[in-house]
Amino acid sequence: MNYFFQKFGRILVIWLPLGWLLLFFMLPLVEMINVSFSEARRAVPPYIPAFQIGSEGFSFRPVLDNYLLIYEYWEDYLWPAINSIRLAFFSTLYCLLFAYPMAWWIARSNKSIQHILLILVLMPFWTSSLLRMYALIGLLNPNGFINDVLIWAGITVTPIQMMQTDFSIYSGMILTYLPLMILPLYASLVRLDVSIIEAAADLGAKKWDIFRTIVLPLSIPGIVAGSLLVFIPAVGEFVIPALLGGPEQLMLGKVIWTEFFRNRDWPVAAAIAIILIAIIILPIVYARYQDRERIS
Amino acid sequence: MRRDVPLLIKALGIAGFGILYIPVMIMIIYSFNSSKLVAVWAGFSTKWYKELWTDDILLTALYKSLLIGVSSATISTVFGLLIAIAFVRFSVFKGRLILSLVASAPLVMPEAVTGLSMLLLFIAMEISFGWPSGRGVDTIMIAHATFGMCFAAVVIQTRLRDMDKYLEEAARDLGGRQPFVFLSITLPLILPSIIAAWLLSFTLSFDDLVIASFVSGPGSSTLPIVIFSKIRLGVSPEINAIATLMILTISILVLFGSILILKREDKK
Repeated sequence: MNYFFQKFGRILVIWLPLGWLLLFFMLPLVEMINVSFSEARRAVPPYIPAFQIGSEGFSFRPVLDNYLLIYEYWEDYLWPAINSIRLAFFSTLYCLLFAYPMAWWIARSNKSIQHILLILVLMPFWTSSLLRMYALIGLLNPNGFINDVLIWAGITVTPIQMMQTDFSIYSGMILTYLPLMILPLYASLVRLDVSIIEAAADLGAKKWDIFRTIVLPLSIPGIVAGSLLVFIPAVGEFVIPALLGGPEQLMLGKVIWTEFFRNRDWPVAAAIAIILIAIIILPIVYARYQDRERIS
Repeated sequence: MRRDVPLLIKALGIAGFGILYIPVMIMIIYSFNSSKLVAVWAGFSTKWYKELWTDDILLTALYKSLLIGVSSATISTVFGLLIAIAFVRFSVFKGRLILSLVASAPLVMPEAVTGLSMLLLFIAMEISFGWPSGRGVDTIMIAHATFGMCFAAVVIQTRLRDMDKYLEEAARDLGGRQPFVFLSITLPLILPSIIAAWLLSFTLSFDDLVIASFVSGPGSSTLPIVIFSKIRLGVSPEINAIATLMILTISILVLFGSILILKREDKK
């Protein structure tokens, strides 16, 4: 009896969450692939499913129209895709540049300061990105805080255009994702053995050489982990290009939104979503591959 | 023996923290501005905060967000705990690979993709079985619980793995039954991580704009959806006030939580 309950409990522990995730995460993705091969129409819902089970049995009529449409109007979809990768790549780079000294400072501080700094890194991570982006708009707007100060100081007469530029996107990305870069960097830097650095310094190595030949190579796992944590959500970002970007900063996350809500072309939105997934899978697979190489 | 941090690095670090905090701080200051014009400072006033309490749309949205946040965070924590137990305590089981895949993929999936795919499923289900009829609080709750449980699982898993396994074994050797051992030994030991997991899934749900926009129906706008549509109309002192309240509430909670956890860890 007891054995039966234990066995049953075990099955429940595994299958409750597994069943939920299969139903509400896997199945939606399958349905999205289905819709991406469906024919669009003006009705509710605005597509004829490629695969459907109805009263007359099931039918299977996949069409490639949506992917062909993306191919045909490639300029409308390719630029947002390239923009997504470009903006996410440079955002990751800038996050790394800002995060490295911060992580080093935190890792090398004494315990009490370390705690304070870690809490200061974590707090923005918990607060809403939407609201922090809103706060940034208040700074970057033509009549925002920065322009006010610049005009008051006499540095410029007319407001500088900062919103709807690459600059505003990078500011938003850094503000949102900097903590995600700092934490893994900190984790790898805090484990770094200080005596190696001291030994190198005693033997006459210059500071830059110590950094280049010892600190940097040993912090590569942290750099890779942090870059993935920033790059992956940045590629699919919607709020930042929607609020801070202009037409030049169009990204795939926003294109999905526009196709879905404004153009009501659900099959094309689904097809773009699948392309976005493909862009995200590549760096993950690459990182896995690198990991395996390093272990073996 | 720690070496001093060079002054240059400290300066760069302070600049980094400045980037993280200055925008929000300026917004907080301007939320007490009495002028309707955002850029002009016209004296200290709390009138925008008072006006919030008369904005019915905002209050309904707040109520819905809290309802969705509390219920989805509770589901997330329970299911996240189950996932963590399965990974840490059951070494080999059928479906381990699939579970690890579906429990980690939502962590990296772009919100727009998750939201769109869930909406498409809800619509297909409605056509086939008549459920869910329309979209509203329940569909947002399901969507939030789905990605919340993956984050909760990560948080609880770390703690469960670090836990001293022999305490459980000792209790079992002394004749404790499995449910009793779990409730009286394991649960109290991993309680901080369970609270952290609940708070994390709650804030993820409470702050979510993109997924909620896809799976919400007419009349079920959550707070971020209402705020987003207000932001699109431009910067206003009223949004400054809402944003200040939300950010301060969460920051104070996180501050207290992290101080508690750090103190506990120092004792060890």
